[in-house]
Amino acid sequence: MTVHELIRSSAADMAAKLAAGDITSVELVQAHLDRIAAVDGGERGVNAFLHVNAEEALAVAADVDARRAAGEELHELAGVPIAVKDLIVTKGQPTTAGSKILEGWMSPYDATVVKKLRAARMPILGKTNLDEFAMGSSTEHSAYGPTRNPWDLDRIPGGSGGGSAAAVAAFEAPLALGTDTGGSIRQPGAVTGTVGVKPTYGAVSRYGAIAMASSLDQIGPVSRTVLDSALLQEVIGGHDPQDSTSLTDPSTGLADAARLGNVAGMKIGIIKELHGEGYQAGVENRFNESLELLRGAGAEIVEVSCPNFGYALGAYYLIMPSEASSNLAKFDGVRFGMRALPAEGPLTIERVMAATRAAGFGDEVKRRIILGTYALSAGYYDAYYGSAQKVRTLIQRDFAAAFEQVDVLISPTAPTTAFKLGEKLNDPLAMYLNDVATIPANMAGVPGLTLPGGLADEDGLPVGIQLLAPAREDARLYRVGAVLESLLEAQWGGPILDRAPSLAETPAVEPVETQGTAATAAAKEAN
Amino acid sequence: MSTETLVGFEEAMEKYDPVLGFEVHVELNTKTKMFSSAPNVFGDEPNTNVNEVCLGLPGVLPVVNRKAVESSILIGLALNCKIAEHCTFARKQYFYPDTPKNFQTSQYEDPICYDGWLDIELEDGTVFRVEIERAHMEEDAGKLTHMGGATGRIQGADYSLVDYNRSGVPLVEIVTKPIEGAGSRAPELAKAYVAAVREIVKNLGVSDARMERGNVRCDANVSLRPHGAEKFGTRTETKNVNSLRAVENAVKFEIQRHAAVLDSGVEITQETRHWHEDTKSTTSGRPKSDADDYRYFPEPDLVPIVTTAEWVEELRSRLPEPPAERRKRLQADWGYTDLEFRDVVNAGLMDEIEETVTAGATAAAARKWWMGEIARRAKLADVDPAALGVSPAVVVEIEKLIASGAINDKLARKVLDGVLEGEGTPAEVVAKRGLAVVSDDGALQKAIDEALAAQPDVAEKIRGGKVQAVGAIVGGVMKVTRGQADAARVRELILATLGVEG
Amino acid sequence: MAAINRGQVAHLAQLAHIEMSDDELDRMAKELAVIVDSVKSVSEAAGADVPATSHPIPLTNVMREDVVGHVLTAEEALSGAPDSADGRFKVPAILEES
Repeated sequence: MTVHELIRSSAADMAAKLAAGDITSVELVQAHLDRIAAVDGGERGVNAFLHVNAEEALAVAADVDARRAAGEELHELAGVPIAVKDLIVTKGQPTTAGSKILEGWMSPYDATVVKKLRAARMPILGKTNLDEFAMGSSTEHSAYGPTRNPWDLDRIPGGSGGGSAAAVAAFEAPLALGTDTGGSIRQPGAVTGTVGVKPTYGAVSRYGAIAMASSLDQIGPVSRTVLDSALLQEVIGGHDPQDSTSLTDPSTGLADAARLGNVAGMKIGIIKELHGEGYQAGVENRFNESLELLRGAGAEIVEVSCPNFGYALGAYYLIMPSEASSNLAKFDGVRFGMRALPAEGPLTIERVMAATRAAGFGDEVKRRIILGTYALSAGYYDAYYGSAQKVRTLIQRDFAAAFEQVDVLISPTAPTTAFKLGEKLNDPLAMYLNDVATIPANMAGVPGLTLPGGLADEDGLPVGIQLLAPAREDARLYRVGAVLESLLEAQWGGPILDRAPSLAETPAVEPVETQGTAATAAAKEAN
Repeated sequence: MSTETLVGFEEAMEKYDPVLGFEVHVELNTKTKMFSSAPNVFGDEPNTNVNEVCLGLPGVLPVVNRKAVESSILIGLALNCKIAEHCTFARKQYFYPDTPKNFQTSQYEDPICYDGWLDIELEDGTVFRVEIERAHMEEDAGKLTHMGGATGRIQGADYSLVDYNRSGVPLVEIVTKPIEGAGSRAPELAKAYVAAVREIVKNLGVSDARMERGNVRCDANVSLRPHGAEKFGTRTETKNVNSLRAVENAVKFEIQRHAAVLDSGVEITQETRHWHEDTKSTTSGRPKSDADDYRYFPEPDLVPIVTTAEWVEELRSRLPEPPAERRKRLQADWGYTDLEFRDVVNAGLMDEIEETVTAGATAAAARKWWMGEIARRAKLADVDPAALGVSPAVVVEIEKLIASGAINDKLARKVLDGVLEGEGTPAEVVAKRGLAVVSDDGALQKAIDEALAAQPDVAEKIRGGKVQAVGAIVGGVMKVTRGQADAARVRELILATLGVEG
Repeated sequence: MAAINRGQVAHLAQLAHIEMSDDELDRMAKELAVIVDSVKSVSEAAGADVPATSHPIPLTNVMREDVVGHVLTAEEALSGAPDSADGRFKVPAILEES
C-alpha cells in the first residue's frame, strides 16, 4: 500500500493495519507530516495547521511501535494520529485560539481531552486553525490567515473549526478534535464533506477548551467516517471531576451503535422550520435524497414542528456574546499572553489592559464582547439575557415534544454550500445565518452529527446532513448516521472525498503564516 | 494627609442619628481554595500556592469545595439564618489585576444563607440585635504590593506586583441589614459586632479569624440622618478596616466627617473610602469606572447547590455552643465576679481555664495560676499566656502537689520555673531540684530546738499564752530550712515542744 | 428596546476595557444597531411564566472534597507572564500620577 493510499483510509482501517502489523505508527505519522508539508503551506496552501508537532508525534508513534512490538496491549486507536483545534490547550505546543492576544502562549497544563488522547497514545500532529476564539463560520477571523476549503481553495472551509475539518478533508489527519458552540464542528463538516459530532452537553469534558460560551461549548470529534467519530468520542468522552457540568454517563456503546447497521422501524423527524425557504436548492435536493434512502431502509419519516426555533438564532446571539464577554475578560496582559502599551498618555494598568485588548482582539471578537457587555448591562439584562434564557426553555420544550414523536431529527446542516472567501466577511449578520440549523442543538444541549449528503447540483460542493438526538442518546446519531453513510457511499461508489479535486502537492517553500515554522521544518524533514 | 473637617462626636450626635451597615468578609480555613484544589495557606512564597484554576489561565473551570459550602452553612446557622434550599453562583464583573478572571465568582440573587440575626452585648450589658441580610459564598482576590511609592500605598506607586496565593481562598461575606437606633453607641456597637462575628467563626472552627492576617475584614457603611427623619442619608462604605479598634474609630470618624459635611450644607458623596490606621482617618477611594455596573449573571460553569433538610440538620448538630451562652455558663459554673470574669475574657484565657478546671483544678486555683504567675511570666516574655508553654495539666499537677503538702506556694513557683525550663513534669522538677517540703519531724525538731534556744524571750512569751508570737519562731525555722518546711507542721511542733495548746 | 448608539458603545468599550478610536466606535455602533435590531424579537418570544434555562442539562451539587491537588511552581505560574519581578506578576501603576 502506498503512502498516498494509506492516508486516505479511515482511522478504523489505519488502526486495524497497525494492529495487524501491516504498517507502523511512525510510517503513518510520517505520511501525514509529509502530506501536511505538501499541501498545507504556501500561498495557496490549505493552512489548516497553526502548529505542526512533528517531533513529539513521531516520538509517540515510535513509542507505540515499540510497545506493540513488545506485545503490550494497546488502545484500539493507539498510534493513529490526530489534529487538535487550537482552542484546546496542550502542553509542549503553543495554544493561540487563533488570536494575536495569545501568540506564542504555552499552556502549563493539558486539557482533559488531550490527557485522554495521550493516555490512548494517539500522536498529536499539531494544532488546527480556527476563527479567533472560535467566533465565526468561515475561519476568516483567524489572526493567522484563513484556512482554505480543499474542495475549492477560494472557498471557506466553514468555521470556527475550519482547520480541523479541512485537515481531515485534505488527508492531513484522519481525525481531529473540534469545538462546537453554535455549529463550529458541524458546519465546517458540512462544507468540507466530512463527519463531525457535537456530543450531548457534558458528555465530553470542557476542561482546557478555551471558553467562548460556557453553557453552549462542547468538544467533539471530526473525521471522515461516522464510525471514526464514534471511536474518537469514546476516547475523549466520560466524566471529568474538573468540569462541574460534566455528565457521569460512561462514554461507551457508540462504535457499537455505528456498527449496528439498521434503522428499520426507527422514526425520523424532519424539522419543518429547518429546511425550505432560505436553503440552497442543491442542499434541499441532497437532503430529500437522504430522506428517501432512509425510508428505503425501513425508517419512518415524519414531519415535526419546532415553532420556537425561529427565535434560536436571536437568543443565541445574546447568550453567546454575554458569556463570551465574561469569559474573555481574563485576556488582559497581566498573567499570560501579549501586552500592548497605550500609544500616548499615562501608563496605568487600566489603560494597558484596554490597549492590550484593542491590539490583541480582532473585530469580530470585539463586536461580540461589546454586544455581550450590552446584553448584561444594568437595565438591559431582563430584556436581553433574561429573555434569551427563556427562549432556551422554549427550544428545549420544542425538542422534548419532537422527541416524543420521533427517535431522531434530521435537517440540512447548513443552508448553503461553501461560499467564497471574503464574500460575507463584512456582513456579520449574513455570516451568523450559516448557523441557523446547528444552533438549536447547542441551546438545548442535545447531540448533533453532520455527515456528507453528496454534492450540490449547482456548484458541485459538499452538502451536510444533520442528525439530532435527545440528550444522552448520542448513540442514536451514530446508528442512523452510519446507515445513511453506507447507503450514500453505495450510491456514490465510494467515499465522497474521492470526488474532491486532488490538491497540488508542492513542497512548502514559503513559511506558513503562523507563529512557528514547524510546518516548514516538517516539509524539510519530508524532503 | 487628612484635611477633612470634623465635628465633635457629641455635637454630631446631638443633631444626627447614625445608621450603620456592615459587610464582613470571613476567610475560611479550608485546606484548598473555593473553586480549585490549590492549597489555602497563608504566608508562603508568592505564587507557590496556585494552579491554573486560581490563576485564571485560559481553558480552566471551577469546581466547588464541599467543605467551604458546609462551613458557609455553619456560619449561617450560627447567625440564625435561613439556609437556601437552592442557590446558585454568579459572576461579578470588574477589571482589577488582583482578580485573575476579571470577574469574581460570587453569589447574587440567591445567597446560601439569609434572614438571620445576632444579639450583640455591649460592655454595660445592653443587648442590641443586629439583623443579618445574607451570608454568601465567594472567592478572595490576590494580593497587590505597590512599589516605588513612598509609603507602599497605591498613590504614587510606579508599579505593582501581584501574588495570587490568596486568589480563590473561600470567603463568606456577611451582610447586615441597616442598623438603626444605635445612637451614640454606634462606634462601640460596630466594634462589638465585628468582635462577635470573629468569635463565632473562630468558635465554629471554620476560620482562623486572625484580623491581622485579613481572615476577618470589615467594610463599614455609615450614614447620618437628622433626628426624627425616616429616610436614610447618603452612605459611605469604608474599606480596609482590619482591627476591632479600627472599626470603632472608622465609624466614629465617618460620623464626625459626615456631620461636618452635612452641617456645611453639602450632600454626602456616595463612595468607597479607605481607612488609614496611621492617620486614623479615611480618604476617598479610587472611583472604579465599572463599579456601577457589575453585569452579574449566573455562573455557567457551576451548577446549583441544593441543601436538603437532612444535610442542614446534620450540620446543625455539629454547631458548638454559641460564645455568648458559653460565657454565661462558665461564669456561673466558676463563680467568678463580673470583674474577674471580664479580666479572664480580656486576657484571652477562658479556654485555658476551662481546660484546667476540666482537668481537675478548682476554678479559683485555675484563675489564680493563669491570671497570676503564668500571666506575669508571659508578660515578661512578651508572649500570650496561652503560648507560654504551661499546659492545664501542669497547673493541675502543681495544685495537687500543694494540696498533698509535698510543696508549698513558694516552692510551686520554683516548680513552674523548672517546667518552663524544660526540666520535665512538676513531679520531676520537684525531684530533680530537691524542692520537696521538709516533713521529717526529727529534722524539724532540731531546727525548732535551735530556734527556740536562739530566742528564749519569744519562747517565754509563747509559754505565757501569747500564741501569736509563734510566727517569729516559725519564720526562723523556715529560714533555716530554706522554705522547704511545711509551715503548718512547724507551728504544731513548736507549740507541742512548749506544751501550749494551739 | 432602544437602538444602540455611539455614546453607549463608548461606555460599553470602557466597561469591557477595549480602547477604541472614533472611527471604530462609529463603525461598531452601526454594526451593533443592525445586530441588536435582529435579535429584539427575543424579548417578546417568551411570556413571564416561562422559566429561564441557564444550563442545558440540569445538574446540582457537583462538589469536590477538600483535598489538595496539583500546584504549579512559581516559575510555571509566571512562565506566560508579559512581565514579572520577585516571583510576582508585574503590572503598571494602578493610579495615574497625581
